[in-house]
Amino acid sequence: MTVTTASTSGDTLEPRPDLVTLTIDGVETSVPKGTLIIRAAEQLGVAVPRFCDHPLLDPVAACRMCLIEVEGMPKPQPACAVTCSDGMVVKTQMTSAVAGEAQRSVMEFLLINHPLDCPICDKGGECPLQNQAMANGQGDTRFDGPKRTFPKPIGLSAQVLLDRERCVSCARCTRFAEQVAADPLIELLERGSQQQVGIADGVPFNSYFSGNTIQICPVGALTSAMYRFRSRPFDLVSTPTACEHCASGCALRTDSRRNAVMRRMAAVDPAVNEEWNCDKGRFAFRYLESDLRLTTPLIREDGELRPASWDEALVAAAEGFTAAQGTTGTITGGRLMVEDAYAYSVFTRRVLGTNDIDFRPRNSSAEEEQFLAARVAGRGLGPTYADLEKAPAVLLVTFEPEDESPIVLLRLRKAARAGTRVLAVAPAASRGLGKVDGTWIPAAPGSEAAVLKDLAPDVVDLLGQQGAVVLVGERASASPGLLTAVGELCDRTGAALGWVPRRAGDRGSVDAGLLPSLLPGGRPVADAAARVDTAAIWGSVDVPDAEGRDIPAMLKGVEASEVSALLMAGVQLDDLPDGAEAALRAAEFVVVVDTHDHAVVQFADVVFPVAAAPEKTGSFVNWEGRVRPSSRPLRTSLMTDARVLSALGAEMGIKGLESDPVALMAELDEFSGWEGARVSPPAVAGSSPEPGSGLLLGTWRPLLESTDMQSGEPYLAATARSQEVWLSAGEARTLGATEGDMITVTGSSGSVTAPLVLADVADGAVVVTGNAHRALGASGVRVQVAVEGQG
Amino acid sequence: MPLTPVLSAHWDEADSYTLDGYRRHGGYDALALAFAKQPDDVIQLVKDSGLRGRGGAGFPTGMKWGFVPQGDGKPHYLVVNADESEPGACKDVPLMLANPHSLVEGVVIASYAIRANHAFIYIRGEVPHAIRRVATAVREAYAAGLLGQNIQGSGFDLEVTVHAGAGAYICGEETALLDSLEGFRGQPRLKPPFPAVAGLYASPTVVNNVETIASVPSIVTNGAEWYTSYGSEKSPGVKLFAVSGHVERPGIFEAPMGTTMRELLEWAGGMRKGHRLKFWVPGGSSVPLLTEEHLDVPYTYEDIAAAGSMLGTGTPMVFDETTSVTRVVTRWLEFYKHESCGKCTPCREGTYWLVDLLRRLEGGVGSDDDITRINEVSAQIAGRSFCALGDAAATPFPGAMKYFADEIALGTHTPASDLYDPVAATVLAGVNA
Repeated sequence: MTVTTASTSGDTLEPRPDLVTLTIDGVETSVPKGTLIIRAAEQLGVAVPRFCDHPLLDPVAACRMCLIEVEGMPKPQPACAVTCSDGMVVKTQMTSAVAGEAQRSVMEFLLINHPLDCPICDKGGECPLQNQAMANGQGDTRFDGPKRTFPKPIGLSAQVLLDRERCVSCARCTRFAEQVAADPLIELLERGSQQQVGIADGVPFNSYFSGNTIQICPVGALTSAMYRFRSRPFDLVSTPTACEHCASGCALRTDSRRNAVMRRMAAVDPAVNEEWNCDKGRFAFRYLESDLRLTTPLIREDGELRPASWDEALVAAAEGFTAAQGTTGTITGGRLMVEDAYAYSVFTRRVLGTNDIDFRPRNSSAEEEQFLAARVAGRGLGPTYADLEKAPAVLLVTFEPEDESPIVLLRLRKAARAGTRVLAVAPAASRGLGKVDGTWIPAAPGSEAAVLKDLAPDVVDLLGQQGAVVLVGERASASPGLLTAVGELCDRTGAALGWVPRRAGDRGSVDAGLLPSLLPGGRPVADAAARVDTAAIWGSVDVPDAEGRDIPAMLKGVEASEVSALLMAGVQLDDLPDGAEAALRAAEFVVVVDTHDHAVVQFADVVFPVAAAPEKTGSFVNWEGRVRPSSRPLRTSLMTDARVLSALGAEMGIKGLESDPVALMAELDEFSGWEGARVSPPAVAGSSPEPGSGLLLGTWRPLLESTDMQSGEPYLAATARSQEVWLSAGEARTLGATEGDMITVTGSSGSVTAPLVLADVADGAVVVTGNAHRALGASGVRVQVAVEGQG
Repeated sequence: MPLTPVLSAHWDEADSYTLDGYRRHGGYDALALAFAKQPDDVIQLVKDSGLRGRGGAGFPTGMKWGFVPQGDGKPHYLVVNADESEPGACKDVPLMLANPHSLVEGVVIASYAIRANHAFIYIRGEVPHAIRRVATAVREAYAAGLLGQNIQGSGFDLEVTVHAGAGAYICGEETALLDSLEGFRGQPRLKPPFPAVAGLYASPTVVNNVETIASVPSIVTNGAEWYTSYGSEKSPGVKLFAVSGHVERPGIFEAPMGTTMRELLEWAGGMRKGHRLKFWVPGGSSVPLLTEEHLDVPYTYEDIAAAGSMLGTGTPMVFDETTSVTRVVTRWLEFYKHESCGKCTPCREGTYWLVDLLRRLEGGVGSDDDITRINEVSAQIAGRSFCALGDAAATPFPGAMKYFADEIALGTHTPASDLYDPVAATVLAGVNA
């Protein structure tokens, strides 16, 4: 045995002043002031039975299941609501007949009206009521009257169904909706034994977080339309996974049966998603079984794609790329796990011999690339969720957490309830901002940089406080000078800077160097030492020394015949900038590596099918820079992107490209801790939006939209929010429009018509919610606004 | 003991409910006396008077006022609980009808004492006539400068809001009342924090019963010693006793604490003709029933408790020999089941179960097991529910079993309606259909 700590003999331990000492079941224990008895008992290993209690919700003491005896108190007390005090003597059911009898009584009461339908109930087998009834209840019932019944089920939303007769009125779901999600769309209605959870007429429970209520329901009262009656818990195999849908980085539990995902739940990760996730992460997995899945390689013959063998496809791809002789560009999307992203980084540099690589099919800018290279790439962890919770103030810049990284919203809500000031530089005061009791700093799209430079002194003071955080979203790339200004603001105030992208693979792609000026781990392409270092890790190879092209430049390069081939991985046509379609058509050779058939595939000369995230082992890196490992719940014959690239490399004469995820991660780890030169932060002067007619468009993509990865789940899709046009009262008056009028917003390549909502909107701006970027363009463009039919 | 009309002294005058009618007999004179004292001295005066809450629990009023933290920089509120809904209780509504200004004057004095500048009178929604009377009285008081800014030059400001409930017994529970007043669904709140620390809008709040507040002006005018000269040491003062049921002359009798039920029965003209007392409940359906042997128990908190019941609201319900005790208890439990708010399990499910069992007994199809079960289920509710509503629901049956076990046991084979003709217990008795 090795003793590694210094001996403290002779010292006496000072009692900590913030502790109270009490006795539970004869065992003395000290806990921090304010600790609830039920938590203190847990720490001693005493599980007091409970239903309404939930550590992340405020106590309500409604179910009375946790009644225990406290010496000196005449009645049994709810352990979930009474805080520990010094000298308290607590007796739980382990040592007190009073407590035991009280708990047995409550259990009996809970069961008199509860249906005995466990054999067909989704919760059966994992049900707190069932478990505690088996553990603490009586075998027989003394109740022989008629049970209360309700017509069943009723839909709280398209997705969340309620069987009222199973409900034990614990109010977990309603408290979650109000306290955690700030979507108080469900409430307890009626009284006495008729009490039930319900919604207002015509206002469904369309919260982005509604699925959590199903998970925390201690009985089978809440079920999801998609999982109801599909499986029994004991038939499921649970696998820890990371969510592939956004950069929040939720830990999930994926439950599968016979190689099909049956459901997904939020796993417990206190550092990240606590015990929650969003409905997209929970319900959007049917895409795995979509008819559009690519299952075999395809090659183009006589103008048509046809199935091909792997050998045939690898040869065809290798020939095409070889013919392109170093004029191939790589465009990747957000679905890549970091191991695969790294494989693309290596493949592009070593096999294709170019730095023409970019992971940002969405709106991007050179300023953003510089910002990411200087301030994000290879910087490791932080700021974190915990930092948000502790922060005195958090400033959001062109970032709408509810849609763009929902778990960030939940943590900000928690922080705001405890006193954190949230501020947002945004085109409008959104409902999401209201959920964090936030302060709106108006900024018309395009003018954010100027607004940041001219922040009120009290805001600057707030950001100067120890622990303040600035979070900037990926839409900032559309506003010239903004990322420069954000960086400078943080330098000036000392606030921590977090960049929150949309997609799960984005942060990993930055770290893996999927940018034309960036090698893995934040190494600049332009820096000779960085290239030497990279070459050393890659085994003494040549690393291309010319900075490459970003996506707009690659697309232009195709037109100019400077780029002849494209390697596309996980990129949708909808994501790409205008003109992408023409470029794809003009390119001599296109290889697509993807999971689903979609518009880009139609331009391919060779297509390789690959495994989706739940079909492989790997990891994502979330916005914090935290690695989110994910195991493989599903078996598949499909290969990972890295495995395909390795085979293709071998076909092109570069053998031995790593494809094992563990080895890839280990190799990427070698790139961490770079202390050499960095890309310098951008210094782009902010400019005001160019004057013109119409209004400046503010828009962001909603959480729920119709993409490949959300396909096949109609119940989830039905909870998506409908599109709205937000105008200030002044602009609406100018238009002669009133709330609810249909407004047509016209942009460069189309128009959107949606009902008007009067809101706090920055002068000269209009906000279009929902998916509008394809028709109207990115934030900051000028659009024409008119009452429908009067344009 | 004689009747001692204080609050009810002038109820027989045609304009007793008007400002003029109230002032004619010295109404609002107590205001100036109160304003001449420091607020803390007013609290002390009420403490010295020994006034106890008349809503049923009997908590010392002055002590409650003293719990309000002073100088805390928060607004303070006075909330008058006028949600009188207890079966058998009918004293606050008549008081508000006949003498609303005594309530308004009490509100001003109590608000001054606890340093509240906004008071709310939460009146049961089913009594629009009382709501109108109080609202009118408040309007009159504003017009006369007795409410509003700088009342009578005292520098004290008070706004009074009259609020109508929406018909829920639970809203008589003080924290549920506060939730309801704030616009939420009325369900009791977790305590602590108690309303004196964080009540209405999370600010220090005193919640008092109508009769309690209306008693304050007379105490200010006549002094604590005058008040303590009535009643017992632990139960001083006078009280409105509302006698209902099988008596000749049901009504309200204002008398000192310590008056006996026998005296109240006499004032009420005795039992209705040709009938004799079977049982009575001293203060609403939430307290155990008593019988003829308890007629001489003094009406004080301590003596009634010693007799195995509670003073409660001090509104006796009287039942004669035509009454089925099983039927009465069943009706009460049906009431509690209907009014249970649903928040906590024992009350929500327990009242559901009790009604099911009691209806069997009333229908003559019960069993000995059912009787045992009712007692057990009552015991399972008592002391384990979230608020006192559950405790109240657990009270009637064990109370009835104490004196009428034999009659209740008849429910195992004979319907209550066979034993006691329902019509015989009503005013329709003897009237040919």
